[in-house]
Amino acid sequence: MSKPLFFPGHTACAGCGQSLAARLVIEAAGPNTIVVNNTGCLEVFSTYYPLTAWGVPFVHSLFENAAAVASGVEAALTYLGKKDKVNVIAQGGDGGTADIGLQALSGMWERGHDVLYVCYDNEAYMNTGVQRSGLTPFNSDTTTSPVGTQSMGNLRPKKPMPEIAVAHAISYVATASVGFLQDLQRKIKKAFSLKGPKYIQVHAPCPLGWRHEPRQTIEVGRLAVETGLYPLIEYEFGKLTGVRKIQPKPVEEYLRLQGRFRHLLNNPQAIKQIQEIADNNIDRYGLKIQL
Amino acid sequence: MFGPLISKPGTSKNNKTGSWRIEARPKFLQKNCIACRLCILSCPEGCISGEEKNTFICDYDYCKGCGICVEVCPKKDIEMVKEDLDLTKV
Repeated sequence: MSKPLFFPGHTACAGCGQSLAARLVIEAAGPNTIVVNNTGCLEVFSTYYPLTAWGVPFVHSLFENAAAVASGVEAALTYLGKKDKVNVIAQGGDGGTADIGLQALSGMWERGHDVLYVCYDNEAYMNTGVQRSGLTPFNSDTTTSPVGTQSMGNLRPKKPMPEIAVAHAISYVATASVGFLQDLQRKIKKAFSLKGPKYIQVHAPCPLGWRHEPRQTIEVGRLAVETGLYPLIEYEFGKLTGVRKIQPKPVEEYLRLQGRFRHLLNNPQAIKQIQEIADNNIDRYGLKIQL
Repeated sequence: MFGPLISKPGTSKNNKTGSWRIEARPKFLQKNCIACRLCILSCPEGCISGEEKNTFICDYDYCKGCGICVEVCPKKDIEMVKEDLDLTKV
């Protein structure tokens, strides 16, 4: 790298998975990129006025409309005849993508804008203090789904965002993880080699919200994939073209590292429920290595 | 033009987040390094630099001491050492 595109000095927490993912995404996309960001942790820690960590043009408007603004940027570039030289990325956290921004995002996919949407999935509204979002996993402890005598945490399973994206028949849909960094960069490059709307969902551990040690960020990301709870899959034009094969580990190894799942550890019934989710993923996508 | 505009890129470099470290800092031993560049790739700050074997070093002006580089190093050539709280050295 000659010149950094995402500078140090931003105010992310130590061990932030999202800042790591954002730096790799922009480095893979290259300097001729325009970034449009939803409100969220990433926007707040990377552009705290009057400073910015970005080395590329960066637009922030509102919580819900990164996809809509990026559509406008792409349309303007097309009108000026510059779209071939410039990549457009719209990005946001999981709340801004799956809950608040879904309408704008669905519109962008349906109109077929040549934009890559990157969702940094840290599985709750971390910026405002760990409230549950549509992508919060089952039985996870957050401030709006607290654990108590009558509650085991979040009641609902994770919203199937990749499937929603695939249903829009867009050119590329993939999930990636901070645990597999080269794989993440390969998927970004692959996305930019295709025309049309693209969606990549990056699993980004949050030491503060998930309550694990900052140094374990990559290990936690890796275990989510290796247990089958976060399958790494790729769809091109609606067809499943790639999955990361794993030798499945018990989900307990993943849950044990994190404070948000601590209440499950003495409850074999609850662990079994989470294991079922992982087993379903493994069956559905054929994740297991056949020996 | 409306709204707050920031016209210069990368001005966050003025913010020395190295002062956030309170307990430990990574020490690059520079003995068994194989230049795999995993530490550069996995640093959330992007503050590690180096090209050849045994030349890798991090910028303590920005390092927040998360310890991810220590975890990913395949040769155990980076270790956490106790932070020297003399802030004049940061």
